[in-house]
Amino acid sequence: MATETQAGAPVAPAGAGPLLRLRGVSKRFGAVQALADVDLEVNAGEVVALVGDNGAGKSTLIKAISGAFPADEGTFEFAGHNVKINTPGDATQLGIAVVYQDLALCDNLDVVANLHLGREARRGPFIDEIAMEREARSLLDSLAVRTLRSVRAEVGMLSGGQRQTVAIARAMTGNPRMVILDEPTAALGVAQTEQVLQLVSRLRERGLGVILISHNLADVFQVADRIEVLRLGRNGGSYAATADQRQAVVAAITGVGQDSEPAAPITTDSGETA
Amino acid sequence: MSTAAPESAPAADQPDPTASAVSLEARDGRQTGLKAIFGGGGDVSTLRVLIVLALIWAIFAIANDRFLTAGNLTNLTLQVAATGTISVGVVLVLLLGEIDLSVGAVSGVAGAVVGVLSVQHEWNGWLAILAALAVGACIGLLQGSIVTWLGIPSFVITLAGLLTWQGVQLKVLGEAGTINMADPTITNLANTFLAEGLSWIVALAAIALFVGGTMLSRRRRAAAELELEPFIRTVVRLASVSIAILVAVYVVNQDRGVPVSLCILIALVLIVDTVVRRTRYGRHVLAAGGNEEATRRAGIPTRRVKTIVFVLASTLAAAGGILAASRLLAVNQSSGTGDVLLLAIAGPVIAGVSLFGGRGSVWAALLGALVIGSISNGMDLLAFESSVKFIVTGCVLAGAVILDALARKRRMAHGRG
Repeated sequence: MATETQAGAPVAPAGAGPLLRLRGVSKRFGAVQALADVDLEVNAGEVVALVGDNGAGKSTLIKAISGAFPADEGTFEFAGHNVKINTPGDATQLGIAVVYQDLALCDNLDVVANLHLGREARRGPFIDEIAMEREARSLLDSLAVRTLRSVRAEVGMLSGGQRQTVAIARAMTGNPRMVILDEPTAALGVAQTEQVLQLVSRLRERGLGVILISHNLADVFQVADRIEVLRLGRNGGSYAATADQRQAVVAAITGVGQDSEPAAPITTDSGETA
Repeated sequence: MSTAAPESAPAADQPDPTASAVSLEARDGRQTGLKAIFGGGGDVSTLRVLIVLALIWAIFAIANDRFLTAGNLTNLTLQVAATGTISVGVVLVLLLGEIDLSVGAVSGVAGAVVGVLSVQHEWNGWLAILAALAVGACIGLLQGSIVTWLGIPSFVITLAGLLTWQGVQLKVLGEAGTINMADPTITNLANTFLAEGLSWIVALAAIALFVGGTMLSRRRRAAAELELEPFIRTVVRLASVSIAILVAVYVVNQDRGVPVSLCILIALVLIVDTVVRRTRYGRHVLAAGGNEEATRRAGIPTRRVKTIVFVLASTLAAAGGILAASRLLAVNQSSGTGDVLLLAIAGPVIAGVSLFGGRGSVWAALLGALVIGSISNGMDLLAFESSVKFIVTGCVLAGAVILDALARKRRMAHGRG
C-alpha cells in the first residue's frame, strides 16, 4: 500500500487538524428547519458514520457538503482553509466525491466505460480502450477488489455488491480526499455487505476521510471510527464506535432516554457529555 | 500496476498463444461451443438476424427459383439502400431510447427540395443535394432542441413534425405535384454500378483494412497484457466477413455489378458505427441511452449529445430521401409517406436494436433493411397481395420486439440477483 499515495496524501499533513470541519450549519426549506446549528468534523483516514432516523437531516447535511443544496448558514473548513461550497462542482474541485444511493451507473456499459464515464481517455479521435482498461484494472487492484470477474462485464449483469464496488471505484477516479457514501449497504446481502465494508476500510487505509450514511447499526459499528447522531436536524451526540456504546447511540437516534436523558426534545448540546 | 492483483497476473504473464485458453477460463467456462466463437452480447443478436435472413432466403429460394439469382439480389440491394440509409439515423435515435417519427416525412421533403432546386431552379446537382441535407439538419436541430430543452417526449414532437413536414413537402412541390429528376449527378447516385475491376479492388481493400485493423488491435491488447478473445473466434469472424464480402461482390458482378448506392449505405454504416463505438461522443450517446441522469451527473452535456443525434437522424433521413428520389428518377407528393417510416424503424428493431435505449449496433440498419427488403422482394416475386406483405412484415416486427422485451426481462432478473 506504500505506493498508493496519490489520493491527496501529499497535501494533507496528518494530524494537522480535521480534513473537514463544519460549524453551525443551518438549512431551511420554507417553514421546515431541516438543519439547525450542526457541527461536524471528519479527519483524514477516519470513517465517520452519520446516523439518525428518517427526516433527521442526514441527506440535507450531505447535500450541503456536496453542493447539491448549499447551506443557508455555517462555516465550512476543508484541509484548514475556509471554503464555500455552492455547487457540486465546488465540492469536486475540493476533492469531495459522493456515491449516491442510486449509484448512477449505466447498466448497458461495461465496468471500464462506467469507471471513465465523462473522462474517457483518447488516442487521436478515438477512445483509448487499452489505456482505460489498464487504468481500470490498476484502480480495482489498488482497492483490492477481487469480486469482479472481468472489467469488460456489463454493469447491468453484476450483483448489487459488485455495482456498489464499481460506483465507489468510480468516485476514486478523480483522486478525491474525502468520499461520502449514502447507504452503501442498503439492499445488499450479507456477503456483499461484507465486501463493501472491506472496501470502506480500504478507503480509510488510503488516508481518505469517509462519511458513511447508514441505517444499519451493525454495519456502522463494524466499520466506523466515530458515530455522529443527527436528530431533528441537530447534533444528537458523538460516540466512539465501540460495542458498549450501542445502547447510547440507539437512545440518541430515537430520542428515548436510556437512563438519565428523558424523552424531551433536544434543546441544548445535550449529546456532548453522553 | 506494481500492486497488480494476483488474479489478473497469470493472464497477463502469458503471451499470445495460451492467452486465449486463460481468458476462456477466466470467463468461468460459461461460453462454450458456438458461443465461444461468436462471443456474447451484440454478436449473438447479429447471428440471430443472419439466421433469420438465411431462413427467409431459403424459403423464397424454394418457393421461386428466381429469388436467388444475381439479377434479383442486385435489385434487392438497390431497394434497401434508401430505407437502410434512413435506418442508420433511426438506430442513433433508438440508442438514446428516443424515437423519431418524422424521418419518412423528412426524406420526402429532402427529395422535393432536390427536385425543385435541380429541375425548376436548375441548380448544380451537388449543390441541390447539399441544400437538401442542410434542410434535413435544420429540421433535426429544431426537433431535437424542442425535445431536449423543453423536455417534451420525442414521440409527440416528431409526430407533429411528421404532419408538418408532409405539409411542407406538398408546399415545396407546389402545382406540379411530381418532378422528374433530370440532373445526371442525382440520377447516377442510385443507378450506377462499380466496374468489375474496381469492385474487386474495393472489396479487397475493405477486407485488408478489416483484417489488418483487427489483428493490429489484437496485437496492441496483447502488448498491453490485456485479456484477449479466443483466437479461434477472431479467425472465424474475420473469415466469415471476408467470405461474405467476396461472395456478395461475385454474385452482383454476375449481373450489373456493385451498386454505388449500396456503397454509400455501407460507408455510412461504417462511419456511424465507428463514431458510436470508438469515439467519446458515441460513448456518451450510449450512456445517455442507458441512464440519462447518471450521464448528466458525470458532467456530460446530455442535452447537446441528444440534440446532435436528432440532427444526424434527420440529415441521414434526408440522404435516404435523396437516394430514393434518385432510384425512382422522380419525387412526388407520396414520396416518403406510407410505409417508409414504419419500415425504416422496423428494420433496426428486427435486427436487434433495443427500443429501451443503449443497446444495438449500427449494422442493424443494414441487416434489418435486408430482412424487410427480402420479405417484400420475395413476396413480390410470388405475386402476393400487399395485404399479405403487411401482415407478414408486421408479424416479423412483433416477433423481434417480443424477443427484445424478453431479453430485457432476463437481464433485469439477472441484475437483481
